[in-house]
Amino acid sequence: MAYTANKPNAPDTRELRAKIPGWGVDLDPGMRPAAKKEVYDPASTGAHWEVPEQQIATFPRERSTEHREITPVFGTACPPKGLSGIIRRAAYRHWSEGQTMHWLALMFADRIDVLESLVVDLFRGKPDNFLAEWGIKAELTRHGFKSRFGRHRADTWRVPLDVLMLASSSLLVLGAGYVMVNGFKSMLAPPKRRWLFG
Amino acid sequence: MRAMVYRGPYRVRVEEKDMPTIEHPNDAIVRVTCAAICGSDLHLYHGLMPDTRVGFTFGHEFTGIVEEVGSSVQSLRRGDRVMMPFNISCGACFFCARQLYSSCHNTNANATAAGGMFGYSHTAGGYDGGQAEFVRVPFADVNHAIIPEWMSEEDAVLLTDACPTGYQAAEMGDIKEGDVVVVFGAGPVGLFAAKSAWLMGAGRVIVVDHLDWRLQMARTFAHAETLNFTQVNDVVQHFKDVTDNLGADVCIEAVGAEADGAGFQHLATVKMKLQGGAPTALNWAIDSVRKAGIVSVVGGFGPLFSAVKFGDAMNKGLTIRTAQCSVKRHWPRLFQHVKNGVLKPSAIVTHRLALDEIAEGYHMMSSKLDNVVKPLVFPRAA
Ligand SMILES: NC(=O)c1ccc[n+]([C@@H]2O[C@H](COP(=O)([O-])OP(=O)(O)OC[C@H]3O[C@@H](n4cnc5c(N)ncnc54)[C@H](O)[C@@H]3O)[C@@H](O)[C@H]2O)c1
Ligand SMILES: [Zn+2]
Ligand SMILES: [Zn+2]
Repeated sequence: MAYTANKPNAPDTRELRAKIPGWGVDLDPGMRPAAKKEVYDPASTGAHWEVPEQQIATFPRERSTEHREITPVFGTACPPKGLSGIIRRAAYRHWSEGQTMHWLALMFADRIDVLESLVVDLFRGKPDNFLAEWGIKAELTRHGFKSRFGRHRADTWRVPLDVLMLASSSLLVLGAGYVMVNGFKSMLAPPKRRWLFG
Repeated sequence: MRAMVYRGPYRVRVEEKDMPTIEHPNDAIVRVTCAAICGSDLHLYHGLMPDTRVGFTFGHEFTGIVEEVGSSVQSLRRGDRVMMPFNISCGACFFCARQLYSSCHNTNANATAAGGMFGYSHTAGGYDGGQAEFVRVPFADVNHAIIPEWMSEEDAVLLTDACPTGYQAAEMGDIKEGDVVVVFGAGPVGLFAAKSAWLMGAGRVIVVDHLDWRLQMARTFAHAETLNFTQVNDVVQHFKDVTDNLGADVCIEAVGAEADGAGFQHLATVKMKLQGGAPTALNWAIDSVRKAGIVSVVGGFGPLFSAVKFGDAMNKGLTIRTAQCSVKRHWPRLFQHVKNGVLKPSAIVTHRLALDEIAEGYHMMSSKLDNVVKPLVFPRAA
């Protein structure tokens, strides 16, 4: 009972040991590798350098303002490009990780990136197939209905909402993509002369 | 090579991409033989993690075969069968020297709040991940283990994240003999946390979720008691009732930013992105633990603020422990547990997919279809 000094319902540890494979093998904190949070042991890591060699940057690599300089290694997966790239670079240049604006700008750039990529890949001949990319087939092959309904799941109430949000945001993306494609086309097309009287 | 790429929230596809190259003398290129989809990948997939770029390849849990090594790599050769921790660490910085590999200061140019990770957005360093045929492994001398002869590939891939993360979650709970441990979340991480709590001598382990098949697995795989939170009016009251009004000694949060259970919170956070995540399960943990107890948080949240009940945490004098798992640190002990049969990580694998099925795989994991617990991806059909 919480109202007296003893711990309530102390379990029978012999019974637990018999019932549960491995019960108590790491009861001694000494057996737990990270029980002590910090263990100074630089020789154990496999590193044979004190300061790692510097990876060469082939493009201006963005970095957190909280770093003194670019780290010795860094990812080169998707260099910033387009409008989203400009926003991302600004987000890294202007705000530390402590500033909400840093993260909001990055989130905003993520959405712009989706739009830009939609249009660019259309022109690259790799148009997005939304149905395939959503993996909607899994609804059939992986028992969409049976998995969700009649099973006391806490998330079934929001299924219609999820669908609605996905549909509306996709329409928005597609619509904006359409406008961008058209704008782009008319930029490339020879200027039309429009005289007032044909 | 072929790789999974992100196209936008809820959309992924397989694309032909350039082969990764040696970009640093201690890099290796690994041909991926097995990769996993993780609950963490869902935060990227749903567009919740800032700086997730279109064209980026996810995947921080994988095993493979060394294809090529850079000039300074000493401990690996072409053809070695390897597993990588999800962390990318340099082995030499302030944090690595103290075995805090997940906090490496030399591998994430984009943020100082976390070390580099494979396939986890630019906020974790911008490294393409392992849901692909090939992957670049930086600091290869630090970030690998040769898979022992006796270990199966599926056990190995689960040891790259989910299993050590669950173990560390229990470890951070500083469990004492006979403790009552409540684990929120019966995903891979929660299941391993529950299992590990017994290894550390817990007296009672209770796992909370709303997905019946996962709770079933918590009972069979992890020998735990279970609570389907949709079956009680008030989770916190329930835990006070079943602990003689004391509360649990340790609560483990293995749910993260996309918790269900409080509709308004889910809407405001996951849907409207007004916070860094829905701290529903975290708040349940804070309120269900006893005064002066420990809350161990491994669930992933975004870098924005979340409405956490900090007043309760302070009044109760709680210890809150958190971490991205330092995977490598746990390998020696966990390898022993797997070898001795104390742990069988691959027992939670439910699906094995080809790379071409990746979009369906993500949809299934995100919508939790077909009794999914842990799906694996095999980038090359055998
Ligand atoms: N710290 C680390 O190093 C680390 C490593 C891996 C994963 N993670 C994080 O751990 C979390 C879990 O990972 P996973 O792979 O098991 O994910 P998962 O999505 O498979 O599991 C999450 C589980 O939580 C359940 N859940 C939802 N709301 C809940 C609530 N209010 N109470 C109880 N359960 C609830 C879901 O039904 C689901 O079964 C994720 O947030 C992931 O990002 C952290
Ligand atoms: Zn993971
Ligand atoms: Zn380091």
